[in-house]
Amino acid sequence: MFAYVVRRVLATIPVMAVVALFVFSLLYIAPGDPAAVIAGDQATPADVERIRASLGLDRPYLVRFGAWVWDILRGDLGTSIFTNLPVSTMIAQRIEPTLSLMIVTLLLAVSVAVPMGVVAAWKQGTLVDRAVMAFAVLGFSVPVFVVGYLLAYFFALEWDLLPVQGYTPFSRGFWPWLENLILPAIALGTVYIALIARITRATMLEVLQQDYIRTAKAKGVGQRAILFLHALKNAAVPIVTVIGIGIALLIGGAVVTESVFAIPGLGRLTVDAILRRDYPVIQGVVLLFSFVYVLVNLAIDLLYTLFDPRIRY
Amino acid sequence: MSTATLSPGAGVALPAGVNAAAPMPDIMPPVKPKKGFIGFLRRNPTIAIGGFLVLLMVCVAVFAPFLWTKDPTALAPALRTREPSAQWWFGTDMLGRDVYSRVLYGTRVSLTVGFSVAICASLIGLVIGLTSGFIRVADAIIMRIMDGMMSIPSILLAIALMALTRGSVGNVILAITIAEIPRVSRLVRGVVLSLREQPYVDAAVAAGTRTPMIIIRHILPNTLAPLTVQATYICASAMITEAILSFIGAGTPPIIPSWGNIMAEGRALWQVKPYIVFFPAVFLSITVLAVNLLGDGLRDALDPRMAKRL
Amino acid sequence: MALPGPQDGQPLLSVENLQTHFRTPDGVNRAVDGVSFHVNAGETLAIVGESGCGKSVTAMSILRLIPEPPGKIAGAIRLNGKNLLECSDREMRQIRGNDISMIFQEPMTSLNPVLTVGRQIGETLRLHQGMSAKQAEDRAVEMLNLVGIPEAKRRVREYPHQLSGGMRQRVMIAIALACNPKLLIADEPTTALDVTIQAQILELMRDLKHRVGAAIVLITHDLGVVAEVAERVVVMYAGKKVEEAAIGPLFRSPRHPYTQGLLGSMPKLGSSLTGHETRLAEIPGLVPSLKAKIPGCVFASRCPHATDLCRAVAPALEEKAPGHVAACHYAPREGAMAA
Repeated sequence: MFAYVVRRVLATIPVMAVVALFVFSLLYIAPGDPAAVIAGDQATPADVERIRASLGLDRPYLVRFGAWVWDILRGDLGTSIFTNLPVSTMIAQRIEPTLSLMIVTLLLAVSVAVPMGVVAAWKQGTLVDRAVMAFAVLGFSVPVFVVGYLLAYFFALEWDLLPVQGYTPFSRGFWPWLENLILPAIALGTVYIALIARITRATMLEVLQQDYIRTAKAKGVGQRAILFLHALKNAAVPIVTVIGIGIALLIGGAVVTESVFAIPGLGRLTVDAILRRDYPVIQGVVLLFSFVYVLVNLAIDLLYTLFDPRIRY
Repeated sequence: MSTATLSPGAGVALPAGVNAAAPMPDIMPPVKPKKGFIGFLRRNPTIAIGGFLVLLMVCVAVFAPFLWTKDPTALAPALRTREPSAQWWFGTDMLGRDVYSRVLYGTRVSLTVGFSVAICASLIGLVIGLTSGFIRVADAIIMRIMDGMMSIPSILLAIALMALTRGSVGNVILAITIAEIPRVSRLVRGVVLSLREQPYVDAAVAAGTRTPMIIIRHILPNTLAPLTVQATYICASAMITEAILSFIGAGTPPIIPSWGNIMAEGRALWQVKPYIVFFPAVFLSITVLAVNLLGDGLRDALDPRMAKRL
Repeated sequence: MALPGPQDGQPLLSVENLQTHFRTPDGVNRAVDGVSFHVNAGETLAIVGESGCGKSVTAMSILRLIPEPPGKIAGAIRLNGKNLLECSDREMRQIRGNDISMIFQEPMTSLNPVLTVGRQIGETLRLHQGMSAKQAEDRAVEMLNLVGIPEAKRRVREYPHQLSGGMRQRVMIAIALACNPKLLIADEPTTALDVTIQAQILELMRDLKHRVGAAIVLITHDLGVVAEVAERVVVMYAGKKVEEAAIGPLFRSPRHPYTQGLLGSMPKLGSSLTGHETRLAEIPGLVPSLKAKIPGCVFASRCPHATDLCRAVAPALEEKAPGHVAACHYAPREGAMAA
């Protein structure tokens, strides 16, 4: 078991290295002079030179990469071209809203989607099932900002139930914090709910065909215990895996959701950085999100034993 | 006990001593199997609906100039933010441009990006997947790179790529394609690896059939169905990604009317003039929905084993 | 139509004119179409037939484990006179695992892989006998001892994948017998097991049957197993009962050509050593599709004696000898000349 954990943790190192190399190299994959692109169309040659120097573009590629990795390992993600602040500082200032949004969305999505999928599988072919499947297809098709605007228009503007936009830090109290996150979390969660509900339904349908479910029925076990104890526990591994993989959707969606709801988080930071062509910031955010994503999925892999005693390391 | 009964309905007396069983009633209404093209569409309503809507959108894109549109880029500062009316079906935006015309022309951008990304990502992914599945040395390296790329959420990857290039439809296609390649490669590689385990492919290899022949005879036909389905989903997600990129200002240049751009421009006014955001949103959602329905239908029709699952 | 009636009072279980049909995309599958039989308390009844003849569906129908839709069950299934087809879901749940329990063919897949053996045995006890978790676990240990699993105290905390196939089937039997059911339905309980394990499991079932006093409905395609444990036999073919008799008469003088075929395809001990009759007789052809209505006798397409009459008129079940019924126009009656 311990050996497995060590091996699994070590196995993420090459993945992270590839991510780092890729994020670093993006600047050079792009056609043209990166300094000129970043400086924009109205830049003077002096501006371009300044950016070239600040990015270290005058040094050889591998030297730059080595220095960059070394900086990252020390927690230094570079310096913003626009604000001249360290990128890590800018990220630290913006991380709370994003983290809050993602946690609320995750909790909301899992607690809605899993029961939805279970019920759909149980009632396969009925109106309930069709409704869940229709929701799932819609959830995949309606982009997050469309859901966001719809929600904000009705719940905030028309019916005045929740704040239109903005963010209140957790330190100002639970409800004010949550109140601002409900609509963004639903908007961001829609596609995630669709994904989890769909995979839950599919896995449950397969599990419900299994012989041991028939055994449980023959024993006189009630419908609820069959679904949520006998079946769901067996379906847990694929569902949890998709919850982990789907976090990529949350990360991508957060960028847009934060714009729609004016939440001052990492997504807004990214969008602002794009408009200012502040590449070190973009690089830092992408790298951070990717590492978080890898680590979350690592944690989920290690949690499998909790759901399935057959998995032995 | 052994009383002879009459055969039901026949009205003929049975030979003495023959004892006919009472016929069993039907306990459920009979089922008529559905056949033919209409039957196919009725069994796969998602293909019918999705296919119809996709065709409709293609027509809108192709015939946009003839569908009572005006110049989508013509500014008319005097006619700013007019509500939808008989003259401006979807109203006008803050620069006085006709939203209806812009939305219809926007169909072109979305479909171009969606279809191009689906085709490019599928072809490149197919090549990478085949290489990876057949050349063991390459496999280790390629899959490490793909793992790394897949660890970067695809929208972020596209954003990072777009931040480095000038906004153009071509660059948007390129950025989204790069972000989608790992998934296709993995899919193709998976099919190749599972097929290589199949006895008939094994036999072909043992018989000395050359790799290109094996690929053409055995691998490609089996890859086609899952790849088509995957390409449909990629098309749908590429259209959403394009809209997101344009919406946050990292996509199609503002001069070209795309649904993401129209929404980005309507964003500042959405609380007072929601229709500017509303119409492109509806078009985008319906188009993506249509492509997704088509994908679901194709998956169910092409892969019966999967049909019940997802 | 006379069936061998109950000897004293009413039978434990009586199945009357059972029909179980399934809706499929290309027609209605009449998996079971008009089957009647009964089981007396403490008796062992075997239902035999090839795969696809509807015997498992019959078993599943008794416990109403057929998903409805796409399935539909008609007729009557009476347990001590009470029609199970009229019971509510709640009433059915109280009957399943308590009055009637069931063991299945595949011991490898019939136990839930993510729950401990003890929990799976104890679940029935907690459900039906209101035991606490502790009581249920103690009783689970007792049950494991009873079915002959060594180190029961340790095994009770193990997961199914840690047990062998034979042991898993013993666990299935422990689950089935935990609440002292009146009727045990065993659907091919030994088919998936090694021959030596098969004998052990049959022995165990026979032994426990006497201790618990349960009646058994044994579903099998293996006439060797039937000969070993059953008292009475129902032969099914294409969703119909074609013959029913006590074990002795059935093996000595089968009346239906299908039964004769089944017995002919069964290897006899030592037959290969004598040098004569080394070849097993086999029944040519396949069980017909159950999606089309068959006008005449269901076996006519494979029967060596079939005539136009057989193909046109379905034979009724007739009592050919006391307690021995068969559905064949040409099966000899007691006292009549053999054909």
